[in-house]
Amino acid sequence: MVVTPAMPSTQTLIRAENVSRQYRLGDTVIHAVSNLSLEICSGEFLALLGSSGSGKSTLLNLLAGLDRPTSGAIHVQGQDLAALDSQELARYRRDTVGMVFQSFNLLPRMTLEENVELPLRLAEVDRAERSQRVTQALEHVHLAARRRHRPSELSGGEQQRGALARALVNRPTILFADEPTGNLDTATGEQILLLLREIQETLGMTIIMVTHERPLAERFANRIAVLSDGRLVDQFATQTGALA
Amino acid sequence: MKSRDLSELALRNLREAILRNSLTTLGVAVGVASLVAMLSLGVGLQTLASDRLTKSGLFDAVFVTSRRDFRGPGGDGPPRKSSPPEKSNPPEKFKPLDEDARQQFAALPNVVDVYPQIRFLTDVRYAGNSYSTNVLGVPESSRATSAFDGITGKYFSSPTAEEAILQADFAKELSPQPATLVGKELVLRYAERRAAFPEEISKENDIDKQLDALMSGGISIVSREKKLRIAGIIESDPSAGIGGFGGGRVFLPLRVAEQLHAAQANDVQDFVRGGGSGKPTYAALTIRAKSPKEVLPIEDAIKKLGFNAFSLLDASKTLRQVFIVFDMFLGLFASLALTVASLGIVNTLLMAILERRREIGVLKALGATDRDVRSLFFAEAGAMGLLGGVFGVALGWMIGQALTWGTTIYLRRQDLPGVKISHVPWWLALSAIAFAVVVSLVAGLYPAGRAARLDPVEALRYE
Repeated sequence: MVVTPAMPSTQTLIRAENVSRQYRLGDTVIHAVSNLSLEICSGEFLALLGSSGSGKSTLLNLLAGLDRPTSGAIHVQGQDLAALDSQELARYRRDTVGMVFQSFNLLPRMTLEENVELPLRLAEVDRAERSQRVTQALEHVHLAARRRHRPSELSGGEQQRGALARALVNRPTILFADEPTGNLDTATGEQILLLLREIQETLGMTIIMVTHERPLAERFANRIAVLSDGRLVDQFATQTGALA
Repeated sequence: MKSRDLSELALRNLREAILRNSLTTLGVAVGVASLVAMLSLGVGLQTLASDRLTKSGLFDAVFVTSRRDFRGPGGDGPPRKSSPPEKSNPPEKFKPLDEDARQQFAALPNVVDVYPQIRFLTDVRYAGNSYSTNVLGVPESSRATSAFDGITGKYFSSPTAEEAILQADFAKELSPQPATLVGKELVLRYAERRAAFPEEISKENDIDKQLDALMSGGISIVSREKKLRIAGIIESDPSAGIGGFGGGRVFLPLRVAEQLHAAQANDVQDFVRGGGSGKPTYAALTIRAKSPKEVLPIEDAIKKLGFNAFSLLDASKTLRQVFIVFDMFLGLFASLALTVASLGIVNTLLMAILERRREIGVLKALGATDRDVRSLFFAEAGAMGLLGGVFGVALGWMIGQALTWGTTIYLRRQDLPGVKISHVPWWLALSAIAFAVVVSLVAGLYPAGRAARLDPVEALRYE
């Protein structure tokens, strides 16, 4: 399989500075992320690689605005996520961020198209525009035919593609993917990653993906950041998409 | 999120856990139903009571007397009609309660009827025997009231019919089988008071007779007889219902009674105090208002005209207070049911939060604000309240109907007319629904707050 190298710009989109995130679990304090600094460029496909408990998911949640750092700053497009209140963070998640998860997280009681419509409802987009954008997003992930199905009637790959459509429907700047292939077989997982690459290339989207599968990361991401014990231990450009 | 989207999502969520949410909603409905049924009973009984009272004529009547009676003897004589009104001392001005005054009252707004109290003592002759009794004139407006409900025979065929209605006790004196009296004739023997008006006096050719008439104060009394057909017999004393106090035992149409010009107790007073103006005055007039609401303004207007006026409205106010307390009591008990139902809402929503933790996390990850999540749970609580309220009102109404139906059957067995004891006015229905919604929203306060505060990372981790 040949993957066209994507050419991300060198403009910094996200800059994390000395970010720490600690949890208190009973009497012990867990340093999920400690004193981590990282820069991500606009249009880049970055893979956060690490074993479980390395803090990669915590870092993803911090960058996606689902969580706030205990200390440090995360600058995205000029604003510091650490300084935002919960409503402003929700806005950030709604307007700037799209997210896909390992377990898809489509709402089981809604049809596919209703799931995809959800972010548009939250963003108070006009009804007339909604259906058009839902169709567009579903066509993008080749699921237009299954729009009236419930998640339980879809295969794992279809569900993840649906989740991808939901993440894209609000036209975010950054797409976060937390182990998007973790619940899928190898072939289906590859399809999803191909789709992510396609989205990166056609829409110029910045993609940040958490994974523990090094070969996949090397094949599809432009750059890999390796985490261990909450620290950034290594980062390097891959062959597929070295930064210019 | 827009409210339309909110309500769509809320209803969809309610539909998902249909059994649990239906049961919770049913709980609210039962609470509201008991509230509505109880209060409808209160309102129904109140309506029933005040209807009866309104019909009784006690509460839409204003009783008017002349101020003179309260000034004591030796007061100024009445000014002649021609004398100009003296603005300097209007309270001192004596106003006779005469025909002019009656016309004045009749012209007041919202006055249905103005009539004098005509009551006099007479002899009644029937079947060769003579009975002494009180005769009372009955105004035509009493036809519309319930004062003569339950009459044996008929009400007066016309306002000027020469007919009489007998009080049952008196009828028993006349005949051992009172019912047979209906249609028979009796004779009234009474004293006619002849008003000798100046024109009549001047018509007299003989100057001595003119002088006599003037000297005697312009009245003369003549013994008269009148034949009357007995139209009906009434068990209860209807005189209360026609604004008069003190029972008559023979009732006549007021117009007929007036035409008799029977001498009344105040004639002599008139003569002594009035210095014999010769014009007939009334001891008292009764004014019927369109409804009890109009009584107070009419009372005020009459006081301004310079007469004494009073009504029994105060008594009806007390009655209303009693019913307010009664309603509050019923409402309090019924509210307990709704309180229990609201605990059901709290429980259901807390369960829903546990179940839908992950969903809340997803919503937040997609950009839902705390406020969006809170509103969603709030909307669900409100929807349960609204649905429960609507069903509850319907259920409560049915319970009320069933109670009315049951009571009516019971009353029919006792040979009594059925009554509508339950009444659901639109304001009760609306406020019961509103109350259910408010109670539900209050119940949703805590669960919604908890859902809103949920940490999205925690919620998404939850399996």
